[in-house]
Amino acid sequence: MSDVTVSQTQQALKKSKLQIALRKPGFVIGAIIIGLSAMLAIAPGVFAPYDPNLISYLEVKQPPSWAHPFGTDMLGRDSLSRVIWAYTVNMQMAILATVFAMSFGVFVGALVGYYRGIADQIFGRLVDAIITFPFLVLVIAVVAVLGPGLVNMYIAISVVGWVYYARLTRAEVIAQMGNDYASAGVVMGYSDRRIIFRHLLPNAITPVIVYWMTDMALAILLGSSLGYLGLGAQPPQAEWGVLIAEGRNFITTAWWLSLMPGIAIVITGLGFSLIGDGLADLLRPRT
Amino acid sequence: MTSTVMEIKDLALEFKVSRSIVDVIRRRPGKVVRALNGVSLHMEKGETLGVVGESGCGKSTLARCIVRLYEPNRGKIKFRNQDIFAADFRNDRSYNKRVQMMFQDPYSSLNPRMTAGQIITEALSVHEMRPPAEIPARMAELLDLVRLSQDAAEKLPHEFSGGQRQRIAIARALAVEPEVLIADELVSALDVSVQAQVVNLLLELQERLNLTIMFVAHDLRLVRHVSNRVAVIYLGRIVEIGDSESLFSNPAHPYSQALLSAAPSVDPDDTSGAIRLEGELPSPLNVPPGCAFHVRCPYKTENCTRDIPVLRLIENMGEVACHNAEEIAKNA
Repeated sequence: MSDVTVSQTQQALKKSKLQIALRKPGFVIGAIIIGLSAMLAIAPGVFAPYDPNLISYLEVKQPPSWAHPFGTDMLGRDSLSRVIWAYTVNMQMAILATVFAMSFGVFVGALVGYYRGIADQIFGRLVDAIITFPFLVLVIAVVAVLGPGLVNMYIAISVVGWVYYARLTRAEVIAQMGNDYASAGVVMGYSDRRIIFRHLLPNAITPVIVYWMTDMALAILLGSSLGYLGLGAQPPQAEWGVLIAEGRNFITTAWWLSLMPGIAIVITGLGFSLIGDGLADLLRPRT
Repeated sequence: MTSTVMEIKDLALEFKVSRSIVDVIRRRPGKVVRALNGVSLHMEKGETLGVVGESGCGKSTLARCIVRLYEPNRGKIKFRNQDIFAADFRNDRSYNKRVQMMFQDPYSSLNPRMTAGQIITEALSVHEMRPPAEIPARMAELLDLVRLSQDAAEKLPHEFSGGQRQRIAIARALAVEPEVLIADELVSALDVSVQAQVVNLLLELQERLNLTIMFVAHDLRLVRHVSNRVAVIYLGRIVEIGDSESLFSNPAHPYSQALLSAAPSVDPDDTSGAIRLEGELPSPLNVPPGCAFHVRCPYKTENCTRDIPVLRLIENMGEVACHNAEEIAKNA
């Protein structure tokens, strides 16, 4: 009996982290959602039944049917095709609005967390100043200065968003420095660069990656919000925020125009959140 | 023939306690924790110097100063006559190669994301201890030296026991072929049976590699077992330092006497009870004037509350920092 238990335990220990993750339903569902979303984003033409910009005045504002599962809009364009084509823009937002903020934020956060001192003091005040404002308000202000459009929107989100990554990384690096392996690095005579990037960051990065997943969901929300407000993607480009804005005037008569892109936002956001949740368990080092 | 490897003179380290805004407004002076209060000692080539004392007395702080993790406010540490905090030597990494440290907590002293092999290889390659082609062989040799099997190289720290982790830490320290090892409570986190393994391994390696070791611990029996000389620290100051056997069998300072009598004896005929000290260890925030021990000392005289006793050599004993050491010895 005990032999059986021991060998079972050993087997369980040998199971890779991926196998453990695959048993978590949340992570699996999230991975499926994001996998499908990525496919739609990469090759929308393969999946969309119609040309998203094909105007047909004979089929204006048709309710969902077998021919047009998501109905048609005020210009007779197929809603399903437009929602699918929007995946390209919106998934791109999830990445482009976050990677620069993350890279820069992690870099700055690791440095100020490691060196502390006057740079850390200045950083602290800067963070306080930026997070005092609601995120959206600040982004809108930056977009207002730069002018509307996707590229300017990415710049605006990155300019504000890096602060959150930096703050998180700084706190994690400081916490990791309490461990003796950081002191051991100093005693071993390793360079600061090696201690920060080879020792501290790999141990500090997990919450940052989890936050990144959540942030990608937020970036999609924010991007669509700006699209809705006319500050992000510009019509006639298919983008979920733009699609919702287009349907807004017909919300009582053609509800599907705003509802379908809204559902796409919710599902994609959920997918990123579920993956982030699963990654939190997956990446945690064992001690 | 002995030669002095490490010489520490009048080392003092204070940590400032951060002042609250109320303190600043009321102009209250900032408080300081006096972790070290003028420690002087030396280490000879090939010896083991035990450092004992209650928790919070500054043992670990002393160890961390020696490896330059802390910078003292006052005093000097000289390694082979080189001031290790001198401006032109402060960033000299060759010092780290020659003086290494092992830490107390085996669960935090190894990077959890690096395998044992990577940890040792990193030390070898950063300091270019061997040509790159020979590094894997040297890594295997080091694992062998600390009696870990070769498949340990592929494992992450969480797959090892506490004793095995400490041996990885020893291998990492030995990778750079140091002359001096600082063992800060090396085995206090381990089971007693494992303690013996690790300590005996350390002693064996010391003999083979002619290492000088500072063994910081609070386990007195262990210190007696490993040390040639022992220093007793009380509130950041050495109260007695001397030959291990004579200090343990015949302690001169009243604090050493109390500390040693507190260690449980394995002799069933030993009926001498522990000396009870009155009061508690004073806070290092507020070190008593004169002899820091006078508030708890059963032999205190008026002089003790006024003058700080200095370490002085007393016949048939080691160096003792007590005004009344001779009197106490006579009456004992």
